[in-house]
Order: sequence, then structure tokens, then C-alpha cells
Amino acid sequence: MAGYIVRRLIMALPVLVGVSLITFILLNVVPGDPVLEMMGKHVDPLTLEKVREQLGLNDPLYVQFGRFLFNALRGDLGKSFKTGQPVTQMIMDTFPTTVKLALSSAFVAIVLGITVGIISAVKQYSFFDHAAMITALAGISAPIFWVAVVAQLVFGLQLKWLPISGYSSPKHMILPAVVLGIRFAASIARYTRSAFLEVIRQDFIRTARAKGLAERAVIFGHALKNAMIPVVTIIGMQISGLLTGSLLTETIFAIPGLGRLSIWALSNRDFPLVQGIVLFTAVVFVIGNLIVDISYAFLDPRVRLQ
Amino acid sequence: MGKRKLLEIKDLTVKFFTEDGTVNAVERVSFDIEKEETLGVVGESGCGKSVTALSVMRLLPSPPAKITSGKILFEGEDLLSKSEAEMRRIRGNLISMVFQEPMTSLNPVFTIGHQISEAIVLHQKLSKKEARERAIEMLRLVGIPNPEKRYWEYPHQLSGGMRQRVMIAMALSCSPKLLIADEPTTALDVTIQAQILDLIERLKEKVGMSVLMITHDLGVIAEMAKRVVVMYAGQVVEESPCEDIFENPLHPYTAGLLKSIPKLEGKKSRLHVIEGNVPNPLNFPSGCRFHPRCFEAKKICGEKMPSLVEVEGNRKVRCFMRGSFPEEVLAIERAGRN
Ligand SMILES: Nc1ncnc2c1ncn2[C@@H]1O[C@H](COP(=O)(O)OP(=O)(O)O)[C@@H](O)[C@H]1O
Ligand SMILES: [Mg+2]
Repeated sequence: MAGYIVRRLIMALPVLVGVSLITFILLNVVPGDPVLEMMGKHVDPLTLEKVREQLGLNDPLYVQFGRFLFNALRGDLGKSFKTGQPVTQMIMDTFPTTVKLALSSAFVAIVLGITVGIISAVKQYSFFDHAAMITALAGISAPIFWVAVVAQLVFGLQLKWLPISGYSSPKHMILPAVVLGIRFAASIARYTRSAFLEVIRQDFIRTARAKGLAERAVIFGHALKNAMIPVVTIIGMQISGLLTGSLLTETIFAIPGLGRLSIWALSNRDFPLVQGIVLFTAVVFVIGNLIVDISYAFLDPRVRLQ
Repeated sequence: MGKRKLLEIKDLTVKFFTEDGTVNAVERVSFDIEKEETLGVVGESGCGKSVTALSVMRLLPSPPAKITSGKILFEGEDLLSKSEAEMRRIRGNLISMVFQEPMTSLNPVFTIGHQISEAIVLHQKLSKKEARERAIEMLRLVGIPNPEKRYWEYPHQLSGGMRQRVMIAMALSCSPKLLIADEPTTALDVTIQAQILDLIERLKEKVGMSVLMITHDLGVIAEMAKRVVVMYAGQVVEESPCEDIFENPLHPYTAGLLKSIPKLEGKKSRLHVIEGNVPNPLNFPSGCRFHPRCFEAKKICGEKMPSLVEVEGNRKVRCFMRGSFPEEVLAIERAGRN
């Protein structure tokens, strides 16, 4: 298993370089001068040139990119053009908040999604099933920002149950976590339901019943683990959705996380910060997928024993 | 005599209520199994064998299945009036079942050892460790080499024949009184088939159980059973001692099945060897359900349903052309001929 993990991480290296390269190219082709953005419009050309020289922006592009990669390998992502702070520092300051948001919404999504999915499958075509699946469809189709605004209006402004923005108490986390989690809950519920219905028709479920097992043991002992195999894949595929979702959610709820930082970095043309965040996010993504694949192997011996 | 009976199925009728209509899967089926007897049930695919077996286990999917009439007496008690909790104490414990599909009947994500132990822990109230020992003993008993190691393996690591042995080990782990073997060898190749049948035969003696051997292959019946029930289109059409049925089949359908047993050199040809198709259970033919395929059929066969009548003391047949039928039937037939 350790060998597998190392192999996977090595295989991820080209991906990370590729992602960095694409970001680098995009940053250099979009219009807008980061130094102008940094210094203001009325700076004299000489100073401008000096700053450029200092930041290394006059070097050929491949030199700039090579330098970025070389430093990144040592854990140094450079300094923000706008604040002068080290990029790693800025990421580390905001990342825990995003992790909290992502994990709490993943928690909402997984617990809610799997529970609803199982009940729907076991009580197929019941009122609960129909209601849950219609709600899930609505949850998947509704854009996050719309759900967020509606939630702010209803639970924040009308009912006054929860704060609508900021990040000073756990209570602040509830609304964004639920808003972000709900659409993933919706798709997890739908996948769990169909995976369960598929599993429950299998011959080995009949065998389990023929053994004299109670229905509860059949469902949670024999069906659940099998049904989770496809669901884990779906959860894995949604990690990226969770990351982009946090971008929107953090902005709408004014949460000082990585998502909001990246939007700030982009709108200020803060090249090093954008580069750093993209690379860091890609690493998180790679690790997240690795965790999913490992849990997949944990669930399915056919994968584990290969 | 009555005391020797282990299982008595009386007038069992099972229907499936589907979108396309009502499937009359099993109609007024009756037969008994004595203690320590092997009863064969034979018939083409779709004639209601599995549905009958699953009715005994009370494992029919319902909906759409519904047992609309009949009794299933096990040691004199009607299984159909038992609660789900009572049935759970019977399943896997007093009555076990081995299925046709060894490749898919085991749960892929659990070790075979776990799956066998599960039933033992459940019914015998043994500790996990004792159950493991018993499971390993069962694996050895069904002829799985190196059982201590195999215990920890997953189904995908075993061949079809080995998996069927595991199913048998699981079914017999609590020493049931009745084993229902629903086409246990159909999915296996011929050499493995014989081994599995031998195994069931040997373990039957050892455990002292009765076996309900379901198959579409009269060859299997010849090897295993003393008595055989022939089913056609959801009904019993003949019941005879094994030696009689091979020498002198009563029902034309049985005779057809006999002719379809492959010769030693012949390639194995399975279903539909009797001309014509198995009738559609949504809409059975009127009269005798076999008459469209029967070359002995008379006019009456398409008009009236023959009943199952006793002949020669120990045999039963559902055919106007066999057995003793009432005078009025003869009269109708005579009138028809004129
Ligand atoms: N779940 C089901 N829904 C509808 N019809 C069914 C179902 N299961 C079995 N049947 C019908 O019941 C009849 C008997 O099936 P079965 O007992 O499985 O036949 P076999 O003798 O091959 O074991 C068939 O006509 C089959 O189509
Ligand atoms: Mg069958």
C-alpha cells in the first residue's frame, strides 16, 4: 500500500507541472499589467522598469517559469505582489478556514445524502422516496449562488436564526456549509439510491436472507458496503466541485478562506499568489483523489488484492 | 407413515402481479418430502421450480409475488402462517438453500469465512472463534483444500465449483433438516457437476437431512433422487418413483424430457428439445397446458384441464390419456370423434 501511494504521488508530479504551466501561460496572455496594478496608474516609467527588473518580470518567460518551479519544489511560492507577504504564508492563513467549510459541507453532504439515499431505496416509490428525489433534483439544478442568497434571506434576514456573513463563530459556518453541502447531498442521495437498488437485486442479498439474517443485517451488513463502492467514486469526483463551490460560497458569505483569497488575487493580477493558490489546490486535489482511491480499495477486495 | 413426512406442500398457488398482467407461476402444486429422502423436481426453465422453492423459504419478492392459496407444512407446522421472525430462525438453520448461480451468490466484499461464520454465529450462538473453527471444518468437509487459508479469501479468488462448495458449506453449517438445492450444478461444467452432486449425496448421509433437488436435467435426477415430481407450466404433471419414470414415463411431457437426456457421445443440448415453446405464463393455453406440444393430444385436451390422478398405487399423472378418468370425459371424447 505504501508503495502504491508513493507511485501515485510520483505520477502526480507531471500533472502538477502541467497545471502550473497552463496557469503561467494564461496569466501572461490575459491583458493587464500586474506592476501597474500594484503601483497605481501614475507611476513614472523609470520606477516601473526598476520594479519589473526586481521582480524578475523582464527575464524570458521560460526562466521565470523555471524559477517558479525550482522555488516551489523547496516550498517557496514567492511573495505576493500586492501585500509583499510570502504566498505560502497567505495560503496557510486562509486554508484552514476553507478546510473547515469543505469538511463540514462534505459531512452534511455525505451523512444527509447517504441516509436519504438508503431510505429512498429501501422504501422505493413511497411518498418519502418521491419527495426526496424531487427535492434532490431541485438541489442539483439550483445554482449555488441562488441557493445561498435564498438561504440568507430566509434563515438570516427573515427568521434571524443564523448570521448571514462573516466568520467569527461556529454558528457562522452553518449556513455556508449547508448551502455548499446541499447540492452534493442531493447527488450523493441519488447515486446512493440507485446503487442500493442495484445491489439489493443481487443474488448474494438473497443468500444473506436465506441465511436467516434480519433485514437490518442484510441492508447494513451486506448491501451497504457494496452500494458504497460506486458512491465513493462519485464523492471523489465531487471534490473538485467542492473546491470551486467554496469559491462562490466564501465570496457570498464573506468568509476569509482560500476561495475568497483566490478571487482577490485574480482581480488584483497578483501573479505569484494566483500561481501559488492554483498549485496548492492541485496538490490538495491529488491528495483528495488518492484518499478516495484508497478508501475504494478498502471497500472492494477485488481492487485491493490486485 | 404420516409421521415420516418432513415437508408437505399442499395446493400451493403463487401469482406475480406485474404491469403486464398476472403471472400464474405456480398453480395448486402439492408434493411431500419424507425425512432423509431426496425428492427431485424437474421441468423446463420457467415452469415454477424456483418459485416453489422460494415459497418454502418465504423469500419471494413481494410485491410482485403473492401466495394466493395453499399450505407448506414443515414438521407439521404451516410455514405460510409463521411470522418473519419465526421464519428467520428456520432459514439457514432448519431449511437451507443452495442457488443456481455460484458466481453471484456470495457477497464479493466479505471473506468466505465471514459469510459462513455469520450463519453459525446467528443460529448456534457460538462465539466468533468457535464459529470460525466450525466454518473451517465445514470448508474441509466440502472438499476445499487448505481451508484455514481459504477461510480468509474472497469469492473472486475462487472458481465457480469452489464457490458452489462454499455455498454448500454455508447451507449445511447449521445441520439443516432440509436442503433445497435449486439447480446447484446448472452453471458448472460437467466434471464439476458430478463432483458437486456426489458431495451433496455424501453430506446428506452425514447430516441426515432431506434434499429437494431441483433441476431441468433428468440425468441429475437419475443420480440423486428416489422419487421425482415433474412440473410443467406451473403445475405438477407427474409424480413417480425414479425407477418407474425412466422405464415407463406416464406423461407425454416426461417422455419428451427423457428423450432429451443427452447420450454419452452427444453434445449437451439443454432446453426446448421438446417441439414447441414453453407457454406464456401470462396466458396459458386452455385445457391441458401441454396439449399444444403434445402429439397424443385429443380434442378434449384443449377443452378441459385434466386433474392429477393417482395410478398404479404410487404414481400420479395429469393426463386424459393416462390414468383412470371419469366416464363423462370418455363420453365427451367419443362424441367429439363422431
Ligand atoms: N420476480 C418475478 N416477477 C414476475 N414473474 C416472475 C418473477 N419471478 C419468476 N417469475 C415467473 O414465474 C415463472 C416461474 O419461474 P421460476 O420458478 O423461476 O422458473 P424455474 O422453473 O425455471 O425455476 C416464470 O414464468 C417467471 O417468468
Ligand atoms: Mg429456476
